[in-house]
Amino acid sequence: MPLLKLVPDNTNINFMRWRNLALVLSIIATVASLALVGVKGLNLGVDFVGGQMIRATFSQKIDVEQLRGNVETLNLGEASIQESGGARTYQIRLPKPDGGEAAANRAASQVRAMLGQKYPGSRVDSVETVSGKVSEELATDGALSIALAMVGIAIYIWFRFEWQFGVGALVTLFHDVSMTLGFFALTQLQVDLNVVAAILTIVGYSLNDTVVIYDRIRENLRKFRKMAIVELLNTSLNETLSRTMVTSLSILLALGVLLLFGPDVIFGLTIAIFLGIFVGTYSSIYISSPILVWLGVKPDSFLRSDDKEEAGARA
Amino acid sequence: MLDFPRWKVWSISLVILIGILLAIPSMLPADLKAKYPKFLPSATISLGLDLAGGSQLLLEADTADAAKQRLAAKEEEVTQELRRNEPRIDIGDISTSDGRLSFMVRSPTQVDAAVERMRALTQPVDGLSGQRDWDVQVVDSSRIVLSQTDAGMSKALKDAMTVARDVVRRRIDPQGTKEITVINQGQRRILVQVPGVEDPEALKKLIGQTARLEFKLVDLSADPVQVQQGRAPPGSQILPLADGTGAMAVKRRAMVTGEQLVDAKQTFDQQNGQPVVSIRFNAAGARRFGRVTQENVNKPFAIILDEKILSAPNINEPILGGQAQISGNFTVETANQLAVSLASGKLPVKLNVIEERTVGPDLGKDSIEKGVLASVAATVAVILFMMATYGRFGVYATLGLIVNALLILGIMAVFNASLTLPGIAGFVLTIGAAVDANVLINERIREEQRRGRKVIDALETGYKEAQTAIFDANITNVIAATIMWYFGSGPIRGFAVVLLIGIVTSVFTAVNFTRMLVALWVRKNRPRALKL
Repeated sequence: MPLLKLVPDNTNINFMRWRNLALVLSIIATVASLALVGVKGLNLGVDFVGGQMIRATFSQKIDVEQLRGNVETLNLGEASIQESGGARTYQIRLPKPDGGEAAANRAASQVRAMLGQKYPGSRVDSVETVSGKVSEELATDGALSIALAMVGIAIYIWFRFEWQFGVGALVTLFHDVSMTLGFFALTQLQVDLNVVAAILTIVGYSLNDTVVIYDRIRENLRKFRKMAIVELLNTSLNETLSRTMVTSLSILLALGVLLLFGPDVIFGLTIAIFLGIFVGTYSSIYISSPILVWLGVKPDSFLRSDDKEEAGARA
Repeated sequence: MLDFPRWKVWSISLVILIGILLAIPSMLPADLKAKYPKFLPSATISLGLDLAGGSQLLLEADTADAAKQRLAAKEEEVTQELRRNEPRIDIGDISTSDGRLSFMVRSPTQVDAAVERMRALTQPVDGLSGQRDWDVQVVDSSRIVLSQTDAGMSKALKDAMTVARDVVRRRIDPQGTKEITVINQGQRRILVQVPGVEDPEALKKLIGQTARLEFKLVDLSADPVQVQQGRAPPGSQILPLADGTGAMAVKRRAMVTGEQLVDAKQTFDQQNGQPVVSIRFNAAGARRFGRVTQENVNKPFAIILDEKILSAPNINEPILGGQAQISGNFTVETANQLAVSLASGKLPVKLNVIEERTVGPDLGKDSIEKGVLASVAATVAVILFMMATYGRFGVYATLGLIVNALLILGIMAVFNASLTLPGIAGFVLTIGAAVDANVLINERIREEQRRGRKVIDALETGYKEAQTAIFDANITNVIAATIMWYFGSGPIRGFAVVLLIGIVTSVFTAVNFTRMLVALWVRKNRPRALKL
């Protein structure tokens, strides 16, 4: 049986030819994503704005308006109701109560009681109550952890490679994270703690790809001292293309299965990582690499400084 | 490459064997697990609350309340020391405000002695700096001001949180048999996880009560009109009734407190059959209770819980046996809650629930079923893909993948890590990503072969050159996952743990295990070309 080859041997795609076009597109996409986040905003879950979320599964399909009406008669503030995952599962979100913790307790019990009475056969899957204080902390921690991961990885790349590579990594991550946030702003899918975990995962895996390509660029810079940088990048990208495809496809296969058959509750987490793998694969080719051209990486970038002087003396 | 010494083969096999043995208990159904040989490891992966169902509460200490309580205790201590211990020092105008206790020493000649005795009441906080927990100062030559130092406050808070943690545990689980988690988090928080609880209301009621029990005499001299207006005679205070029907003036000084209790349980009143809480005092408490009741027969005695008057029954006769009953419009349930709270001791600080997450048992069950299905299906999909792409080398990668999955389970079992819902996503993601190291190696071997290298040489170079890329690429994931673990809580931590373990095991299996398989095969068969 012949082996499956996603990418034929010895490809010679001139990736860098479209680097300026790709740059313009990436900038537009990034700006559009950030603008979307600014204009439409993110649908932040109770984790980040506080309040209560009750997930309930009903024995049959229900009328959302009627459920909203039933919740509103309890006088607990403006409730928002969303279908979630399975067709018969709904999320009831209540704002932070004014009366402190005791009021929040009552709200959950009241909704429980109402559901039991008006919707026999329904079951409450989960109740989450997050106070304003905790949600503020979670939001700060979430933002901080993403920023730290980005900077931490960029610094690591800087140490292992050169500063240009570190900058490239940081810009790539900024692009990937912006796109992911843009996706959540566009779809208005709920952003909860899981999404922060997803973004951190994307940060890790997007760079995984980039690092493999950088590693090959470094190797080729040492090997082909005379090669022009654009040509060298093309060579490196072509050499690693097959690996990029196989690994990305393997991850997408696994995540695709999870999207189709996995638990509903982690749909947001999975879809974010799934899309992040696409974005990460694109950005490691069209952002991480061309940046090295613009930042002036040269074949002698990896010579130690005394080697450089020696090379200069010889020239 | 081919040089694979026997000790290496043995040690790799041993690591994998141990990993598999550790993974097995977690995969066995309950009935088979009972038959599993005892001499083999039996630790299993525990399920996070989001999968097992249960309730998680995050409690935060009300530090203002704690400071108030400490100040009140200090006041008691100070008056005890100066007014009742010899030689007595006459003091007055005691006030507690802005976190400070101040009082006047009536006779100027006794100020120095009073300061001396106040200093003796303070405790050193830590040996190095010589800082003490309270600061004693003299203001306007006759007034003594006690204020708690920062070090004293943080020590008091730390001690209080440790006690509070134990009290919370005793309240939720009086018999000490349940698998609950009660841990201190940060300086002023306690995390409580109770599996299997669907409605945490009862739980919160147990924790919400400080359960500070006091017996005080009712101030019969108080003018009812003034009591209505909230003004108490000197030495007395106005406290609300627990049922919300009014207020009562009681003497400030507590005659007996809950600290002297040894036991409390819910019983029924023998006369009217109402649920009550029966309490028993220790020897000192019993003596004191006996004396106070003896001296105050036919006067009402207020039973105060957390600054609210439960009831104020008349003392009909001296109660000498150290046994008493607390009445106060209880139901069996509320009497029982109070009994548990009293028996477990009072909370040294009021705790507020600031975060609560409860998951019903059915959701978890659904999630596990779907998660297992997805994990198996994802593994099969990746295996087929690997075999189609790399043939024999794909089989090796697949074996590596399976060993990898078992190692992850084994390591999680050993560390008793919790599998959470996001953890399942982490597992599936790792399955997809674990082949990456093998992909890097196989692609490199392909490349080297294309460049015209001989089989052995291509393998050698492939493994060698791929190593730096494998290493660097995985470090980025380690950084992201570590930060996630550090900042994350509960389910997210579960995700980060799976990712971290998965990164380590996937590199191990790719670099050592599949390499060993390849080496053994090449040594035996000496292939002339690699079909790759």
